[in-house]
Amino acid sequence: MVDLSINCGGIKSPNPFWLASAPPSNSAYQVCKAFEDGWGGAVWKTIGAPVMNVCNRYGGMDYAGTKIVGLNNVELISDRDFDLNLKEIAETKKRFPNHAVIVSLMMESQKEIWEDAVKRTIDTGCDGIELNYGCPHGMSERGMGSAVGQVPEYCEMITEWVTNVSTIPVLVKLTPNVTDILPPARAAKRANAHGISLINTINSIIGVDLDSLAIRPDVAGKGSHGGYAGPAVKPIALHMTSQVAADPQVNLPISGMGGVSNWRDAVEFMLLGASSVQVCTAVMHYGFRIVEDMKEGMATWMQEKGFKTCDEFIGKSVPRIAQFGDFDLLKKTVAKIDEDTCINCNLCYIACEDGAHQCIDRVEIKESTKLQPRVREEDCVGCDLCSLVCPVEGCISMVEVPRIKEGSITWPELVAKLPQPMTWEDLRAYQKQYGIEIH
Amino acid sequence: MNVAPKLSEKEYKKNFTEHVTPFNRDAAVAEANRCLYCYDSPCMDACPTHIDISEFIRKIATGNMKGSAKTILSANWVPLTCAKACPVEVLCEGACVFNDKQEKPIEIGRLQRHTMDWFYQEKPSLFTPASPNGKSIGVIGSGPAGLACAAEGVMLGFDVTIYESNDTPGGLDTWGIAPYKMSQADSLTEVEYIKSLGVKIQTGVTIGKDKTIAQLEEAHDTIFIGVGLPQGKNISLPGSDLKGVENAVDYIAKVKAEKYSQVDVGRKVAIIGCGNTAIDAATESVRLGAEEVYIIYRRGKEEMTAYWFEYELAQKDNVRFFWLTNPVRIEGEGHVQALVCEKMELVAGSAGERKKPQAVSGSEFSLPVDMVIKSVGQDLGDHFLSGVEKLEIANSRIKVNPETFQTDNPKYFAGGDCINGGKEVVNAAYDGKKAAQGIHAFLFPTTAE
Ligand SMILES: Cc1cc2nc3c(=O)[nH]c(=O)nc-3n(C[C@H](O)[C@H](O)[C@H](O)COP(=O)(O)OP(=O)(O)OC[C@H]3O[C@@H](n4cnc5c(N)ncnc54)[C@H](O)[C@@H]3O)c2cc1C
Ligand SMILES: Cc1cc2nc3c(=O)[nH]c(=O)nc-3n(C[C@H](O)[C@H](O)[C@H](O)COP(=O)(O)O)c2cc1C
Ligand code: SF4
Repeated sequence: MVDLSINCGGIKSPNPFWLASAPPSNSAYQVCKAFEDGWGGAVWKTIGAPVMNVCNRYGGMDYAGTKIVGLNNVELISDRDFDLNLKEIAETKKRFPNHAVIVSLMMESQKEIWEDAVKRTIDTGCDGIELNYGCPHGMSERGMGSAVGQVPEYCEMITEWVTNVSTIPVLVKLTPNVTDILPPARAAKRANAHGISLINTINSIIGVDLDSLAIRPDVAGKGSHGGYAGPAVKPIALHMTSQVAADPQVNLPISGMGGVSNWRDAVEFMLLGASSVQVCTAVMHYGFRIVEDMKEGMATWMQEKGFKTCDEFIGKSVPRIAQFGDFDLLKKTVAKIDEDTCINCNLCYIACEDGAHQCIDRVEIKESTKLQPRVREEDCVGCDLCSLVCPVEGCISMVEVPRIKEGSITWPELVAKLPQPMTWEDLRAYQKQYGIEIH
Repeated sequence: MNVAPKLSEKEYKKNFTEHVTPFNRDAAVAEANRCLYCYDSPCMDACPTHIDISEFIRKIATGNMKGSAKTILSANWVPLTCAKACPVEVLCEGACVFNDKQEKPIEIGRLQRHTMDWFYQEKPSLFTPASPNGKSIGVIGSGPAGLACAAEGVMLGFDVTIYESNDTPGGLDTWGIAPYKMSQADSLTEVEYIKSLGVKIQTGVTIGKDKTIAQLEEAHDTIFIGVGLPQGKNISLPGSDLKGVENAVDYIAKVKAEKYSQVDVGRKVAIIGCGNTAIDAATESVRLGAEEVYIIYRRGKEEMTAYWFEYELAQKDNVRFFWLTNPVRIEGEGHVQALVCEKMELVAGSAGERKKPQAVSGSEFSLPVDMVIKSVGQDLGDHFLSGVEKLEIANSRIKVNPETFQTDNPKYFAGGDCINGGKEVVNAAYDGKKAAQGIHAFLFPTTAE
């Protein structure tokens, strides 16, 4: 049997699956139910200054019949009393001593207010504190949330207030609404945070209603940017997670989130450096029960791969993160279509013809009026578009082809090799030696 | 006749309601989203009218229903009938690439129906006929071939009048398609739409009787023949004059009036023949309350002309099939009491010919029945067409140019069952449309192309 337990910045939990600070972790009732269903931890819905929410507060991004590939919200932090929340947190921790209970805080940017809140939070017996520097709406206008996360100096200052008085681990939750995620992450490190949580939600407008022309979500005729989450944001979250994981200056444990819906997503976050993963939208869509498959799927995968503990694979793909300048420019692949499984939908044909490099022909099939796509390998640039649009699993594969001459070169090496400034003629002449011809 | 007891209205309703249910909006969008949007899709090729199927389906998914209807109607003027009556298993849906992927093909027929139900409900304006070109077309017959020719003709600027011998227009769309596939009202909806485009229809007018060919030629620049196959083929079977002997197409027309309690059906019914019409006659007899229904076919199962899915439907209705069985005579006093048959065996024909059924001597047996329905095919019949000069008719098919649908007499064009010996509604719809284009190209040679 494999061991799913983890330790994220000093916070231990029986498995890496935590509820993200959001509606699913709004109350003791919900968090206890989630723990009973198998979740390893929960970051309590952010508590703090008094707020009032609006209706409607969510907008769903549907695509081709799939509901909620993305979810946006203009919700604020908890609209329940600070003290009531603390009471429920204490009760929950008492009932579930081995689960991770983390309290998310967002206070007005005054030292005394923060210090008082942190002390009272620690009194609940919780396992850690998460500082919400991410909320992109409503709170930021009041100088909180992403207004903090977007300014590394504020981020460092407030984190320091907290870490100076805290006796338990402190995670800093970052906003993705920045051009570079590293400065706020490094600021958290300087302020002695124990870990980084990311990502919070991304600024977004979900859409416009074509009948009423109202912006969605529609708050009595008005709309505003809201925070975007769910499956659609995963690639952005994975990128930011990998950046923080690979940065030698940050060097902190990560609690990763943004679009985690199943164990596969979770494994990806962990391979890119997260030691726990948080989930919000998928739970809002399907409920706590999704954790069953998450645990089982991850355990089975670990068994198949020979990993006995999560630590054995956390960050395993981080060393592969490279720059464009590290890529080998001479590797050549071409698309190969398996005639036996091809269903002749010709989606690859039209994609290559109109959207790529015009290297797929259509040939007649014996005793059929259908036409079958065939790649002209000598012209294929190996972009992979055709295999991406192909609806048949495994029908189109990208296969490596030998060059007329062996070799490998990166862009910086090429720059060093050719006369500068580089001319198209010189580049073409170089490519020709390796049989590369771009038409 | 030993008439089967009448059923309750509720039972008739249950038996004859359409067996394919409509999609609601959500289900239609879900199915539309499943479509791969193939390029040069095989389904489009397999549809005899070449509707741009993946395009109309995509438009359902995006909520562009008007565009979806336009895509469909631009290729086919009777798309609701086709959506419900086409043998999609061997046409569009049979060509869907999902079949090769071992997944359920897209339900193209039902999606087409979804769009057309919306269209006939909302009735948005889609097409504007070309300004009058000064020429006229006289169309004989208001079946799908005639309707398609007329609609397309009006679009091209012709003045078009349809002459229809029946009091209710629509041809077999109205009087033939099994009610559990499609109601008469659907066919009439399409007729009404085509009328709204500017087509005139004179019903109750039989060419050759109420109006002569000469009168027609006088009134119109060109004539389109879309008369279908108006006459039931006859097999001379002693006893055919007894009460309770029916021709399948005529009997089905009675059922199509949808006044089921007024149509008498025998307790035991024998149907002679095993084409799609024979299957319809059988399943409709069952649904009217017949207790036992037999299909009598002189050849083997492998040679039946009915589609396999029609055969399966009849099997579900407990129709009994007598293969290699030849009817010899009908017996009875005043009305049908028995069908006498003999067993057949297949013997090798002369070299290269398919095996022939031959009677097994002494195998005669008598099947007690109350009704016999002959379904051995339809004929062009001997009527006014013999008065049209140079019209070439062979084997009950009017000969036409396959591109233009012009007959050997340049003033006459033809399409539908009367040129193909009896196919499907969708073929007739294609022929009629192409014929109108052929007429235009013929009368306005410079502007065509
Ligand atoms: C019982 C039955 C069930 C069928 N079921 C299906 C099905 O489920 N799906 C499918 O695709 N196809 C089906 N078909 C076939 C389909 O109905 C025909 O292929 C199609 O209707 C042919 O169209 P048409 O316009 O050529 O002829 P028709 O539909 O036969 O129309 C011809 C019209 O011409 C009129 N007419 C004839 N002579 C004259 C005259 N002298 N003067 C004026 N008018 C005249 C007739 O009254 C008739 O209205 C079925 C056929 C039958 C018989
Ligand atoms: C409705 C809603 C409310 C949220 N509220 C909070 C919050 O109070 N505090 C916080 O730190 N993050 C909040 N988030 C952000 C989530 O914790 C999480 O960072 C984000 O949704 C990405 O994860 P997901 O893709 O699994 O939803 C909220 C998200 C949603 C959708
Ligand atoms: S890999 Fe790109 S260029 Fe090559 S055939 Fe596929 S789509 Fe065309």
